[in-house]
Amino acid sequence: MNKVKDFLGKNTALVGLIVLILIITVIDINFIQISNLSNVLRQVSINGLIALGMTFVILTGGIDLSVGSIFALTGAVLTKMLLSGVDPVIAIILTLILGALLGLVNGVLISYGKLQAFIATLGTMTLYRGITRVFMDGRPITGFKSDLVNEIGRGYFLGIPIPTIILIIAIIIVAFILKKTIFGKEVYAVGGNETAARFSAININRVKMKVYTISGFLTTIASIILASRLNSTQPNAGMGYELDAIAAVVLGGTSLAGGRGRVFGTVVGILIIGFLNNGLNILGVTSFYQDVVKGVVILLAVLIDRKK
Amino acid sequence: MKKFLSLTAIVAMLLVTVTGCFGKSDKKTIGLSISTLNNPFFVDLKNGVEEQAEELGFEVIVYDAQDESSKELSNVEDLISKKVDIIIINPTDSDAVGAAVKAANEAKIPVITVDRSASEGDVVTHIASDNVAGGKMAGEYLLELVGENGRVVELEGIPGASATIDRGTGFNEAIKDKLNVVAKQTAEFNREKGLNVMENIIQANEGIVGVFAHNDEMALGALAAIEAAELEGIFVVGFDATDDAVEAVNDGRMAATVAQQPKLMGTMSVDYAKKILNDENVAANIPVSLTLIKAE
Repeated sequence: MNKVKDFLGKNTALVGLIVLILIITVIDINFIQISNLSNVLRQVSINGLIALGMTFVILTGGIDLSVGSIFALTGAVLTKMLLSGVDPVIAIILTLILGALLGLVNGVLISYGKLQAFIATLGTMTLYRGITRVFMDGRPITGFKSDLVNEIGRGYFLGIPIPTIILIIAIIIVAFILKKTIFGKEVYAVGGNETAARFSAININRVKMKVYTISGFLTTIASIILASRLNSTQPNAGMGYELDAIAAVVLGGTSLAGGRGRVFGTVVGILIIGFLNNGLNILGVTSFYQDVVKGVVILLAVLIDRKK
Repeated sequence: MKKFLSLTAIVAMLLVTVTGCFGKSDKKTIGLSISTLNNPFFVDLKNGVEEQAEELGFEVIVYDAQDESSKELSNVEDLISKKVDIIIINPTDSDAVGAAVKAANEAKIPVITVDRSASEGDVVTHIASDNVAGGKMAGEYLLELVGENGRVVELEGIPGASATIDRGTGFNEAIKDKLNVVAKQTAEFNREKGLNVMENIIQANEGIVGVFAHNDEMALGALAAIEAAELEGIFVVGFDATDDAVEAVNDGRMAATVAQQPKLMGTMSVDYAKKILNDENVAANIPVSLTLIKAE
């Protein structure tokens, strides 16, 4: 019994998730159908990938506000390339490189430029959004034809949506990096105590550049998925996504101060947000109340976490 | 453990409070995916749907896409999970809504689009104002007010939305070679953006005598900018005839507004939903009439 208590104590968010699923199921049984669960798992893949990248950034004590704009810009560039007949595989690779570079710019500004992460990414958030609008001339880009790209967002493998599979693979890789590699330990060290990390001969600038690059890269994968699902990209795509991602990371118990947190927590946070969005819809809660409930849940989760 | 229990209790109470009763009935259910409820026009449309559904004995579920295509897709998927009998979509973007329409097609749930059309997927019927005629109406009236070669501004709606394209087309047809459009910019159907864009335009241009905005929210934003700059003699024509705009017209602050009838659109879409559910044949496009509301 003590062991159970101990486990629950460490996994508040997980308990919250299970309770949430139970409550929604009791109220409306439609919620628990396989087709609905499959919908939710596909819907969360976008926020999920961004939140995984955000986990790295937040673990170092940083923040990345530019993900929504990176999301829009990379989506726009991908669809434009596809429309002008670039080979889909090459287009995807170039888009991923672009996303990583946009993230790297954040990293350079923060490490070598010595800017605070909040300020640097607030700047690039505005900058990238502006570039997106110029690039798209404020209009959506639509109508590309590529079976490969369409498959990424809409396809299934063994009955599981491909975006979900991409998310699961990303979770495994991210968990491995954070737990088993030297780089993973450096991420925790930089967030835990930057001065101590510097004395342990960790190249802090390099660690910071890497985490923002990863954030940009994972965001770009999410962007490719959405472009594929909608067969189009909008100039205002991804607005506010940084906040959903930060909420998922924080719900999962990762400290905004850095150095403390787990990938597993973020995964639970992603699922809580996903099930909450879907569940509130299924229950027929009007959109204004949905925000009220979401706000309360986030605050409660963080308060309970703080009390421990 | 106590903490978990209290958390559970609070979440449960919240959910129960906001869902109200959750009884089931045998009534047919209409799912409505609305582009945004942050704009009175769409709130009127939603109210029209709800009132007519009540009248005709339908259940209705309303999801708000908050002007975001990805949320709209999730919402339509959720409506499919809810097993609604018919889906009325008021798209956020004509192109991006295709995926949502196709998802409903796959689930064999009939789809009606309202106000904005869908460029992909099978839609049984599209219910919308004759926006080209409305834009023309606005253009002709503005021409009458400001006279030939007047310097006017066109505030455009969300780029790519069919209402933007149609209203713009009608307006430009009416004023071609007769009025001088000195600025033509998007304010995305949003009042705050209308204000900001108009402020910038006022800074950059002199001698403006008229404004045509693709909706009233932008027109009222532009009006606020004009009044703040203490400019006189600028005729503002909007579109949609929302309560605020009609009041502004009656006060003589706005010249006119083209009355779309969002509530009528809502009630008509339920009427047609009923016809479709009764297997009646319906036309692919249902125009909803427009009128021009001017100052006395």
